[in-house]
Amino acid sequence: MADTLAATEPRLRAGRLDAGALAANFSDAHPPLSAGQALVEAARCYYCHDAPCIEACPTAIDIPAFIARIADGNLRGSAETILSANIFGAACARVCPTEILCERACVRTAQEHAPVRIGALQRHATDALMRTGVHPFARAPETGRHVAVVGGGPAGIACAHRLAMLGHGVTVYEARPRAGGLNEHGVAAYKLPGDFAQDELDFILRIGGITILHDRRLGRDIGLDALRRTHDAVFLGLGHNAVRSLALSPEPLAGVQDAVAFIEDLRQAADKSTVAVGDRVVVVGGGNTAIDAAMQASRLGARAVTIAYRGAPELMSATRFEQDWARTSGIRIRAWSNPRALHGAAGQVTAIEFDGGGPGQGHGPDIEPADMVLIAVGQRFDGGLFGAGPSAVPAMAAGRILVDAGQATSLPGVYAGGDCTAGADLTVQAVQDGKVAALSIDAMLRAASA
Amino acid sequence: MADLRCSLAGIRSPNPFWLASAPPTDKEYNVRRAFAAGWGGVVWKTLGLDPPIVNVSGRYGAVSHQGRRLAGFTNIELISDRPLATNVAEIKRIKRDFPDRAMVVSLMVPCDEPSWRAILPIVEATGCDGIELNFGCPHGMSERNMGAAIGQVPEYVEMVTRWCKAATRMPVMVKLTPNVTDILAPARAAAAGGADAVSLINTIQSIAGVDLDAMTPLPAVDGQGTHGGYCGPAVRPIALRMLGDIARDPALRGLPLSGMGGIGTWRDAAEFIALGAAGVQVCTAAMHHGHRIVADMIDGLSNWMDAKGHATLESFRGLAVANYVPWGSLNVNFRTVAHIDPDLCISCGKCYVACEDTSHQSIAKLPGRLYRIIEDECVGCNLCAHLCPVERCITMVPQPATAARATWAEHSNNPHRTLPGTVR
Ligand SMILES: Cc1cc2nc3c(=O)[nH]c(=O)nc-3n(C[C@H](O)[C@H](O)[C@H](O)COP(=O)(O)OP(=O)(O)OC[C@H]3O[C@@H](n4cnc5c(N)ncnc54)[C@H](O)[C@@H]3O)c2cc1C
Ligand SMILES: Cc1cc2nc3c(=O)[nH]c(=O)nc-3n(C[C@H](O)[C@H](O)[C@H](O)COP(=O)(O)O)c2cc1C
Ligand code: SF4
Repeated sequence: MADTLAATEPRLRAGRLDAGALAANFSDAHPPLSAGQALVEAARCYYCHDAPCIEACPTAIDIPAFIARIADGNLRGSAETILSANIFGAACARVCPTEILCERACVRTAQEHAPVRIGALQRHATDALMRTGVHPFARAPETGRHVAVVGGGPAGIACAHRLAMLGHGVTVYEARPRAGGLNEHGVAAYKLPGDFAQDELDFILRIGGITILHDRRLGRDIGLDALRRTHDAVFLGLGHNAVRSLALSPEPLAGVQDAVAFIEDLRQAADKSTVAVGDRVVVVGGGNTAIDAAMQASRLGARAVTIAYRGAPELMSATRFEQDWARTSGIRIRAWSNPRALHGAAGQVTAIEFDGGGPGQGHGPDIEPADMVLIAVGQRFDGGLFGAGPSAVPAMAAGRILVDAGQATSLPGVYAGGDCTAGADLTVQAVQDGKVAALSIDAMLRAASA
Repeated sequence: MADLRCSLAGIRSPNPFWLASAPPTDKEYNVRRAFAAGWGGVVWKTLGLDPPIVNVSGRYGAVSHQGRRLAGFTNIELISDRPLATNVAEIKRIKRDFPDRAMVVSLMVPCDEPSWRAILPIVEATGCDGIELNFGCPHGMSERNMGAAIGQVPEYVEMVTRWCKAATRMPVMVKLTPNVTDILAPARAAAAGGADAVSLINTIQSIAGVDLDAMTPLPAVDGQGTHGGYCGPAVRPIALRMLGDIARDPALRGLPLSGMGGIGTWRDAAEFIALGAAGVQVCTAAMHHGHRIVADMIDGLSNWMDAKGHATLESFRGLAVANYVPWGSLNVNFRTVAHIDPDLCISCGKCYVACEDTSHQSIAKLPGRLYRIIEDECVGCNLCAHLCPVERCITMVPQPATAARATWAEHSNNPHRTLPGTVR
């Protein structure tokens, strides 16, 4: 069937909503606690001994202590408690899936299914300190040692900050024109609205001793060999540098896009009314990236947004909280929907066809009309950037850089962490990896000079 | 970062936070953990003569306030129930291992000079920094003519203090009981006896509650109860008042004060220090949450001092004392008036009903559940501001003076008023 609509109204269109609606859709999804609310919430904390929430936090923030310090009016001490364990405590307060981390472990969850709102309290304390603009930590005396950090995402910057605090000099090599990693390019806009990622980065860099060099890509502009020769140690915080794709159509179709690229364009667009989106959007995938892409397509003005997951609904990796949030935002989630092919007309996608035959589905062809299809079937790490040569390629395992408990790779003096290594792909885990690596590097350098 | 070092009657500690004489300081194990957590000092659990007393089982009662535990805490424990030699050996070991921390030993022996003369050298040999005379325990020991039985008779306070001063070179601190009509009487007696410092308050006589099924006062011991000593957050205002009375007494000027009673946060401690305490002691809060609260207290006090520009404890110690005056010194011409912020008001009506039913009918209820202060009627009692559930919604606004400052002594309603210009 010829697609007559395409001639009159483009299937992909920017500016579906007016400026006011867009501003509301991409502002803070969860408003902050007021001072009074924070006091009431802080009073709910039992200040447990050997608190399970601390164990559940990948960065092991002393949660009862920071909450007690909110309760007794010591917001500065509260924020320092948080940031001493997790320098991205302000971002994590907004992006962490607390429902599967600290708040799930909260004893009040077991007692009454209502955890202390740890994330919201963490935001209350860190926001108060960031508003003052004062960086709370001082650097130890300069050691004269210099470390190269490759990648300016949460892992790299957390590592750089801890190294700087310990007195080492740090140069960050960042491939993109802006550092921040997925805080800047990936995380949903309504979780880190406005210029939050850059504001937080500025706040962190105020420690001093860290230089960021932008547009310097490892494997293109610099090599690992050279970095190892010119620095006392190297940390790799490269994140995922590739996405998995699906070969669903013989030739490329307009309207089909990788979900991470769609989100990155949206995050980088100062004016959201310039970002094109379809009217009917299908997102293929079942993780939090699929949810974020669907939610943001909807907030740009797409009228029918569907997430298509290939298997059983309970196998979706998106958290229950995120799935529920998507559903209550009007997004349809269909499980048992393994994509088979894309249909197109005049080089533009018009529908997606699924295998069909899943539980509760009919037997005929299963075709879902779509003028935009976003692929969110996972990111991965591609080690191709290391080039060749035994001194330039760290050992890999299951497609990621292999590290030990101290984040050391197989190459002496080279450490790695974050999404390019094994472990949960979460901001908070990246921060912990970077922090641990910095402590290992510091111990190694001190042992070498002792 | 502020300097928290503390000095009280020559006893030094790295911070002003000491654990009070009670179970947290009852043995080596607890005190080691306390010092490891950062406490600046301890007052060891009160020692007596052998054979040790026995304690009952069923020792504490507690008052919860709207779901918050241990708002008030009652105990019927006595002094240390372990042999003197055990305590003394432990104190000596700890003082040796933590020389920078304050180690004060609390004592209570029968009211005769030989008993005091006997125990003092034993305690002095531990190397401790000072002693605290427990004239405050309000239950059990007082029935045996010790503790509060001494503390309630100023002559005894002075006498025993004098015996101790004569028999030891250690600083002597006298711990006062709040179960008296006028705290100045025992405080002045302690000073007259030569005390180097006084500490207050010990616990307040109390019954935590009554079990309406068993019909026993609480805590219950085999179907019966007895009165105990009350402490915890609920007693803090009482302790502050007694501390303030001593701090402002001209006869006691310069007497070092160790404040306690309901302290659980840095802010509580700062209030005691502002009202004249050189250092503070804590019992219930540590028993409620463990030793680590001291880290929060140190951090909070230090941050507050930095924010206020107080480099040392001395720079704010006693700053509130001069402003603590008898009622008769207050300015009766001062006027403050409530103000409701209409943007913050959530229309719960609690201020209105309180003022309308029980106070001065100074809040108007307008259509649409809007509440407004009738300024001419408002007496400035603060009630609505205290009970409003919304932070900063009702504020008390001091009014420009319309009459010169005047006290009751000068007021025209006072039949015995002092006429202006007649005071020479
Ligand atoms: C769409 C999306 C939403 C997400 N939402 C959440 C969320 O809500 N909560 C949460 O906890 N986690 C979320 N995550 C995961 C989280 O963002 C990552 O786990 C985290 O950012 C990993 O940090 P990182 O530093 O390892 O990598 P990244 O954040 O990816 O940073 C890597 C940095 O290295 C740079 N780089 C890459 N290659 C090179 C090279 N060759 N040379 C130099 N520099 C290079 C990149 O430009 C980037 O700045 C989300 C991820 C995605 C994709
Ligand atoms: C269980 C218990 C036992 C106590 N034992 C003693 C004691 O042996 N000697 C003493 O001087 N005070 C004793 N006290 C009183 C405390 O030292 C302290 O004066 C009082 O509890 C007030 O402080 P708080 O409100 O911080 O608890 C005891 C208090 C409690 C709760
Ligand atoms: S705290 Fe509980 S377990 Fe410990 S002695 Fe008291 S009653 Fe027994």
